[in-house]
Amino acid sequence: MKLRDLTFKGGVAVSDNKGLTNHLSIESAEEPSIVMIPLHQHTGAPCEPVVKAGDEVKVGQVIGQSQAFVSAPVHSSVSGTVKEIASMAIPTGPTVDCVVIESDGKNTMDKSIRPNGKLEDLSPEELIQIIKEAGITGMGGAGFPAHVKFSPPAEKKIDTILIDGAECEPYLTADHRLMVEEPEKIIYGLKVIMKAVGVDRGIIGIETNKPDAIKALKEASKDEENISIATLKVKYPQGDEKRLIDAILGRQVPSGGLPMDVGAVVSNISTTRAIAEAVMEGKPLYERVVTVTGRGIKNPKNLVVKIGTPFKDVIQQCGGFNEGAPGKIVMGGPMMGISQYSIDVPVIKGTGGILVMTEEEAKPEPMHPCIRCGKCIEVCPVHLQPLYLSSYSLKGDFDRAEALHALDCVECGACSFQCPSKRPLVESIRLAKREIIANRKKTN
Amino acid sequence: MDSKVASAPKAKEVALENMLLVSSSPHIRSNESVQRIMLDVIIALVPAIIGSVYFFGINALKLILISIASSMFFEAIIQKAFKKPVTIDDFSAIITGILIAFNLPASAPWWLPIMGSAFAIIVVKQFFGGLGSNFMNPALAARAMLLTSWPAHMSTFTGTRPDVVSAATPLAIMKFGMSADGTASATVESATSATQAAGAELPTLWNLFIGNNPGAIGETSILLLLIGAAYLIIRQVIDWKIPVAYIGSTFVMLMILGVESQFLPYHIMSGGLILGAFYMATDYATSPVTSKGRIIFGIGAGILTAIIRVNGGYPEGVSYSILLMNITVPLIEKFTAPKVFGEVK
Ligand code: SF4
Ligand code: SF4
Repeated sequence: MKLRDLTFKGGVAVSDNKGLTNHLSIESAEEPSIVMIPLHQHTGAPCEPVVKAGDEVKVGQVIGQSQAFVSAPVHSSVSGTVKEIASMAIPTGPTVDCVVIESDGKNTMDKSIRPNGKLEDLSPEELIQIIKEAGITGMGGAGFPAHVKFSPPAEKKIDTILIDGAECEPYLTADHRLMVEEPEKIIYGLKVIMKAVGVDRGIIGIETNKPDAIKALKEASKDEENISIATLKVKYPQGDEKRLIDAILGRQVPSGGLPMDVGAVVSNISTTRAIAEAVMEGKPLYERVVTVTGRGIKNPKNLVVKIGTPFKDVIQQCGGFNEGAPGKIVMGGPMMGISQYSIDVPVIKGTGGILVMTEEEAKPEPMHPCIRCGKCIEVCPVHLQPLYLSSYSLKGDFDRAEALHALDCVECGACSFQCPSKRPLVESIRLAKREIIANRKKTN
Repeated sequence: MDSKVASAPKAKEVALENMLLVSSSPHIRSNESVQRIMLDVIIALVPAIIGSVYFFGINALKLILISIASSMFFEAIIQKAFKKPVTIDDFSAIITGILIAFNLPASAPWWLPIMGSAFAIIVVKQFFGGLGSNFMNPALAARAMLLTSWPAHMSTFTGTRPDVVSAATPLAIMKFGMSADGTASATVESATSATQAAGAELPTLWNLFIGNNPGAIGETSILLLLIGAAYLIIRQVIDWKIPVAYIGSTFVMLMILGVESQFLPYHIMSGGLILGAFYMATDYATSPVTSKGRIIFGIGAGILTAIIRVNGGYPEGVSYSILLMNITVPLIEKFTAPKVFGEVK
């Protein structure tokens, strides 16, 4: 099996801008004085609060839970007092109920947090239970509960666990730093997933622009027969899970299908590390590494931030904004991240980065008519025809957009990025997808 | 503390929030732009422009400048008239202007490019919605129009030496001059060419390659056109697929049709094939956007060109082939949609 310089067809070359933070060691953020922890920060059912205003809570204590299988519990990230449970804006869009906790600054750990013992002694079922109780969700952005991903139906034979170390979004370096600084934890986390899913092959895919990460993980896995490191060409969106599976395993996930349809389960680096900590230390997911970066911020950093910390506090710890007003603030990377109305929103499990763009960088470029250069087709990793999807969508002809596979679009943004006419391609395709799904619901 | 947020009272924060730009991802764009692409095409055409002046004299420059100026003028006027934003700053009219002039003989009268530009810009381009929406290549459609309306002006080619008043193109020599009976011609164009061609000699391949031979002012120098084409391919402005498929299939088809091998290089290097294949068949608006479609488009144009040259009344055939293929683009695209990732058939 070839494991060097793998890639997929399509994609774009994007200047990665990782130099701002890729050499900076991960630091701990200051203790927040107040946190707002959303009860719904994952795909699936929202949690019900299990605490109320006035309750004393400890670090790692469960504060929200749901009986639904597709859901993930939420834990307190500080020790202190619950002030209120209120509906608030979160970085992914709509307002959701958040538990607001005032920290006592003592960081007292909940007594439920203790090591789970040796990996050899834990059964797959126990491992899945630990992952579930730790509230671990996909930390690459989608926020899908990890325990659900790791419990495929029996008829789906999984043979490989892939770890996505591509980190193909420009600017972000949280995963990169974790691979360099904590490679043993990544390997351990991979072993946990392999055991939980019952698979004896694990592959970590890393883009070649992170030679130090490749070296660290090769070193950390040298005694592991079942784990290998695959190097990937630097191309966006290399880390998209279906593109990753195609590049490494040469299998195409069928349109509308899931990785498990081709025998693979994919996990991201931060998630894998959180899984390792959940098993080793019994630590639930209440903090994560966030890359605070961009030309609009004074001191870019890779920070361990507690879930629920307002963006504002994090930005302040990085020296605040550079001269001139910030133009745009994005949660995540510049290709798929979500721009923010306000910096009062909290860091959530899916916040891999806070990108502060300058006014100059954020200035929208004038749009021109489509010149039919075909570049959007060339770069689409799904091999769609963005120019037509977009023009049908803008004309309201969603049926034709559907016939051209609009629903397969992964919203990676490669087409919009490349378009010389600066057309709003992803934006309009996203609209078409929403309409198509709404129509399907109506007719069913 | 100079951090705005930390020191700002509530009111100021609200102000900050109103200033933050909220928009759909992606939040960065490549530095490609329509202007840059058009500028690249113009840059690529510069060597051939210089060559045309060198080989055909100052009249070539005059025609090129008149053509550019009138194309820009008509674009601005018609957009004003349609109450649309004037977009001559996208440079596309300049390219159309250059290409129209490139298709003229050096002896063409000054008003010929003006007629061509008016037709290309007003009728072919703007009536169909402007940049990117026209379905026929404006410069080629203009050439076809001029050829039908003023055949004598369009096919009286001068040689590259000042002492030669009128000369036959290599293709005309091959078509009319080399055959003993000199087939009767139905059109004025072929009649003119045929008269000129009788008794003329083919240029050497070297002269053909550098452009020292009769023809339309911009089509003769293969060397200079290829330098520009290489630039466009390196800059990824054009895709190699159309020109390669086009020239390759012209070559193969000519062989199939029984053209003697000694004439093949003349066919490839004259009659505007190189100009057409690299600069006009690759026009974005009028060629397929799909990768397979581009190959089919090129092959189609190649086959047509060979057939017109061998069996038709005209010695060249590049413009009509490309124009015909322009019309088939929607159909080609329909059958060459890329296979969607993971598509289950
Ligand atoms: S990249 Fe932009 S201009 Fe080019 S075909 Fe696609 S939508 Fe049109
Ligand atoms: S159409 Fe969708 S999947 Fe294709 S490049 Fe655009 S955003 Fe990415």
